[in-house]
Amino acid sequence: MKVLVTGASGFLGRAVAAELVAAGHTVTCFQRRPSGVADATDALGSITDAARVAEAVAGHDAVVHLAAKVSLAGDPAEFEAVNVGGTRTLLAAAADAGASRFVYVSSPSVAHAGASLVGAGALPADPKRARGDYARTKALAELLALAADSPALRVVAVRPHLVWGPGDTQLVARIVERARVGRLPLLGHGAALIDTTYVDNAASAIRAALDRVDTVHGQAYVITNGEPRPVAELLAGMCRAAGVRPPAWRVPASVARGAGSLIEAAWRLRPGVDEPPMTRFLAEQLSTAHWFDQRRTRADLQWMPAVTLDEGFARLERSYRGA
Amino acid sequence: MTSVSRGSRRLPRAAALRAPATLPPTGLPGLVPEFSRLVEVPETSLAPGGSTLALTRTWHLLDNGPELLSHGRPILGTVLCVHGNPTWSYLWRDLVAQATDAAASAVGAAAGPAARGAWRVIAVDQLDMGFSERTGIARPLARRVRDLADLTDALGLEGPVVTFGHDWGGSISLGWAVDHPELLAGVMLLNTAVHQPAEFAVPAPLRLALRRSVLGTATVATPAFLATTLALAHPSLGADVKAAYAAPYRSAARRGGIGAFVADIPVALTHESRPELDRIAEALRNLTVPALMLWGPRDPIFSDRYLDDLVDRLPHADVHRFEGSGHLVMEDSPYAPMALGWLAARVSPGAGAAVDAVVTGSAASAAAIDPATIAYRPLWHFLDELQGSDETALVDMNPLTGSGPRVVTWRLLSRRVRQIAVGLVSIGVKPGDRVSLLVPPGADLTAVLYACVRIGAIVVVADAGLGLRGLTRAVRGARPDHVIGAAPGLAAARALGWPGQKIATARFPAAIARTLGVKHTLASLIALGRATGAVLPPEPAPTDVAAVLFTSGSTGPAKGVVYTHDQLSKVGYALFAQYGVGRGTGLVAGFAPFALLGPALGARSVTPDMDVTSPKTLTATAVAAAVAAIDATVVFLSPAALANVVATADALTAADHTALAGVQSFLSAGAPVSEPLLAAAAQLMPGATAHTPYGMTEGLLMADITLEGIRAAAPASGSATTMTDAAPGSVAGAGGVCVGTATATTRIRISALDAAGLAVGELSETPGVTGEIVVSAPHVKDHYDRLWSTDAASKRGSLTGERWHRTGDVGHLDAAGRLWVEGRMQHLIVTADGVVTPVGPEQRVESVAAVARAAVVGVGPAGTQHLVAVVETVVAARRVALAEPELADAVRASVAADGGPSLAAVLVVPRLPTDIRHNSKIDRSALSRWAGGVLAGGRMRQP
Repeated sequence: MKVLVTGASGFLGRAVAAELVAAGHTVTCFQRRPSGVADATDALGSITDAARVAEAVAGHDAVVHLAAKVSLAGDPAEFEAVNVGGTRTLLAAAADAGASRFVYVSSPSVAHAGASLVGAGALPADPKRARGDYARTKALAELLALAADSPALRVVAVRPHLVWGPGDTQLVARIVERARVGRLPLLGHGAALIDTTYVDNAASAIRAALDRVDTVHGQAYVITNGEPRPVAELLAGMCRAAGVRPPAWRVPASVARGAGSLIEAAWRLRPGVDEPPMTRFLAEQLSTAHWFDQRRTRADLQWMPAVTLDEGFARLERSYRGA
Repeated sequence: MTSVSRGSRRLPRAAALRAPATLPPTGLPGLVPEFSRLVEVPETSLAPGGSTLALTRTWHLLDNGPELLSHGRPILGTVLCVHGNPTWSYLWRDLVAQATDAAASAVGAAAGPAARGAWRVIAVDQLDMGFSERTGIARPLARRVRDLADLTDALGLEGPVVTFGHDWGGSISLGWAVDHPELLAGVMLLNTAVHQPAEFAVPAPLRLALRRSVLGTATVATPAFLATTLALAHPSLGADVKAAYAAPYRSAARRGGIGAFVADIPVALTHESRPELDRIAEALRNLTVPALMLWGPRDPIFSDRYLDDLVDRLPHADVHRFEGSGHLVMEDSPYAPMALGWLAARVSPGAGAAVDAVVTGSAASAAAIDPATIAYRPLWHFLDELQGSDETALVDMNPLTGSGPRVVTWRLLSRRVRQIAVGLVSIGVKPGDRVSLLVPPGADLTAVLYACVRIGAIVVVADAGLGLRGLTRAVRGARPDHVIGAAPGLAAARALGWPGQKIATARFPAAIARTLGVKHTLASLIALGRATGAVLPPEPAPTDVAAVLFTSGSTGPAKGVVYTHDQLSKVGYALFAQYGVGRGTGLVAGFAPFALLGPALGARSVTPDMDVTSPKTLTATAVAAAVAAIDATVVFLSPAALANVVATADALTAADHTALAGVQSFLSAGAPVSEPLLAAAAQLMPGATAHTPYGMTEGLLMADITLEGIRAAAPASGSATTMTDAAPGSVAGAGGVCVGTATATTRIRISALDAAGLAVGELSETPGVTGEIVVSAPHVKDHYDRLWSTDAASKRGSLTGERWHRTGDVGHLDAAGRLWVEGRMQHLIVTADGVVTPVGPEQRVESVAAVARAAVVGVGPAGTQHLVAVVETVVAARRVALAEPELADAVRASVAADGGPSLAAVLVVPRLPTDIRHNSKIDRSALSRWAGGVLAGGRMRQP
């Protein structure tokens, strides 16, 4: 099958493209910078450029759409243009090109509003309840994608939660970097259970969704390792793998949420070069439980995560040692 | 009509206003608008002949009939639901919805008509109530009973019909029931009454409402009566539900019916509705259809005494008391599924024909001794046989009289029992009366107990370990006719208003006796017994009820467990068969339930010197003295007593050691005991076999294991040995505590669990299959007291003609026939990968050196739960926290070894919460809720 993967220069996108290549598909990677995925063809361009998108999709049977603006802060219009506009453009182009399969890679944050999630299912995306511009625009885009599901073009949405692994410049690198300089506090007592997704598992789940789209189309699935752990243990596991000291100081969760709100407001007035060090969204993510019921995902996608949490930490440690 | 107008004159003029029926507003929580309909009903005259009047009345009712027909469901019959005052058909919303849902969910089920069929539910709004017509005239009871008949005539209702009433709707529904025997298939009641016994005062809240000056204001002019009633829910009703109940009664003009209903309560003998109520109450005695009473005891109006009156009239009724629920029992308890379950079990076509469990392989095989071959021997057998013997029957090492051991011969015991029995009869204790015993163990308790059972009175025994609140609930629920107690028990009985005639074991000064409400003492009973020449009434039959024993209440409110004479007699047989306790055996009675049976077995028993309310005060020296006093060969102790005996062993003299060396067997009963403790005790009694039994209040002595048996069952290394027993695909966890093999007359079977953790498997003794432990023995309980649903659940899947009891414990049998207990049914953890039982993983956690004690619980929704270990460390932690990484890794590795389950988190606590009574049972349900809160990001507080 000829598959177009968007956003393949990103951490997960690269893994998905490699997974699909390994599975024997012919893969084209569409993004602004070269993807570096072996045995895949690069088509460079922006997802907001309708002409380039149409050109890239032509001749493909399937699309896996990961390209998005992922950030905790930034210009709302830019989120809208990339995440909503880009998805709309790509859906139209895929339909025009006669593609029959479309996997929209989403996020569990599209359906949740900050309360703790304990064994939660995949509720419908809800832009009104979603926190922050990223989650809101991803929710709008997921609704667009699922609404485009048709007999000609089968669409499925998958929502991997907190993807991490070797080479991750977002989650792991930031945690390790802050811990290294002693700026990573634990929020609250650190016992809130968080379910994460090792990157290889996220990639294999997306491949499974692509394979099974004929039966799972029109639906959304949360993807995780199915191994919730206390957030303090997760952070400590990543730090230990990277050879840095795990966080030892604590900030009450309520203080962090308050500080997050203040910093978000300040960032809006005077945007910094980097992301804000704390947002209310992040404070909630790190101090309340976030884990999911994986029964429907595993049964419908006929998929099981192959890499356990502890195996993931071991691989992460090997990658830091080798680096 | 004068009487009617007299009633209405007491009410504000608003009560006489007329208004048409309407449909309820939409959006009332739980109410399905499609079930509402209005029906025009011709009114018939109350005069003989019942001619139709030139009047029609419009009723609002809920009716799922059309819905059932549209689904093509065969209708099994109709439940005719009648509300009371001041409610309306809204109260039956759950029943209507669930009866309809049950029908919908049965679609496609390959089952007989009873399973495919459904019950139509018609719930009426009585005239002047709810959304039915406001007729403007008072409608006394006889009119209301006729109104209901007019309605069912207009509906053309066919049988079978089961009536269902609440509050005054109970009387009205029963009035309809006794008038329609050709249609009637059953009666169901929520808190109600049909009779105001002359000897009881009218409940205070009603007396107040009935006062002429208050009635109109309280019921019609203001919503006070309505608001008061709606405030009776436990827990409180949500604002939206409260508003729904009040919806038809928003103005004084709408509330006339409420006032008229209250005015129609026939408290006085001269009240116009009195004859009709008496007619219904008396006619009930002739009803033979199945009856169900679902009762909330926390009702300031319809207290348990009204339930007693109803049971007296319908003695065949099934009764379920929802402890903690009150007048609004339909809001406080799951009454609807229970009512539907009862209909299926008792009334639906095919009900009563017990569904035979499929029996596989040897499941039907017999116990070691065929119970049918054991003769019934009354509990007082040896009291008769040895009435002329001067051998010792009882020794009390520290009687209340204080002056050294008290020795009672068989002759004296037999005479005392007879005298007390006759004395009890002469003060009015009748066969079947319930007598609550609040007497500490000792000679007095033994004499009183045997006197009661001899005359056919039912003894009620609740453990002081329930605490005062639990004990009060238990005693109230058991509704004793008489209370026999020592001073503390009677003082509590007085202070807490426990029912029953009070009898003291000791003589009190007159003033105190009056204060405590004590009419008789043991001494006065004995004197009465002497005076009347000791003629005993006929013996009760083996099938008569002998005792109600209360469970420990460690899992919810204590339950009353009912035993017949035959069943208690067979407990004695089990003790004989297992431990050789029989005629002439010397028995140290340190564990009350079994010790009380000593005289029934012809054994000589001794109560050691100890504070009976605190078993842990028993010393080794006291045990040795008791053994020496009667040359005891058998010693029964509780685990707490056993621990202190071992702790005080240093004080034993050479003579004490010699006495203890004569003991042949000792038993630690009541809670699990550790192998080291049992071993230490065995060293003190080197000639004895150490036993610990498995059982429960509902089945005393179901299995037994010796110290050698415990050692043989222990895996040589690690704790994985028992895992090899587990059948492929069975439940994870396995392991467990070996409690030995079934006692001689007991059969033990397993009902395997399904993926959701429900014990749905057929009764089987296939080794390695984990499921609910189900037991059968001639000494298993007869039934639970007034807990119909609990009782039915405990006998689910029983074989026809056999009495099985579902223990609520989970475990498996091994190839050697030994039983392993893996936890409680309600502590199962249902993960996405299957069911996990807690005890096996707990043992693995406890095998980690730094861990002193552990509980493994689930967090998250059932079906996708994750496991959490909560541990006490050897060096006690000072506060609750996540385990340090090294400990967490060790605990995880231990549990996950050999394909065991994985843990989401390991929490360390200073101390695991345990029950007060045994200090050993961990309430894993509460701990699971606690861990769920902490791991969701809640506060890190103490469990």
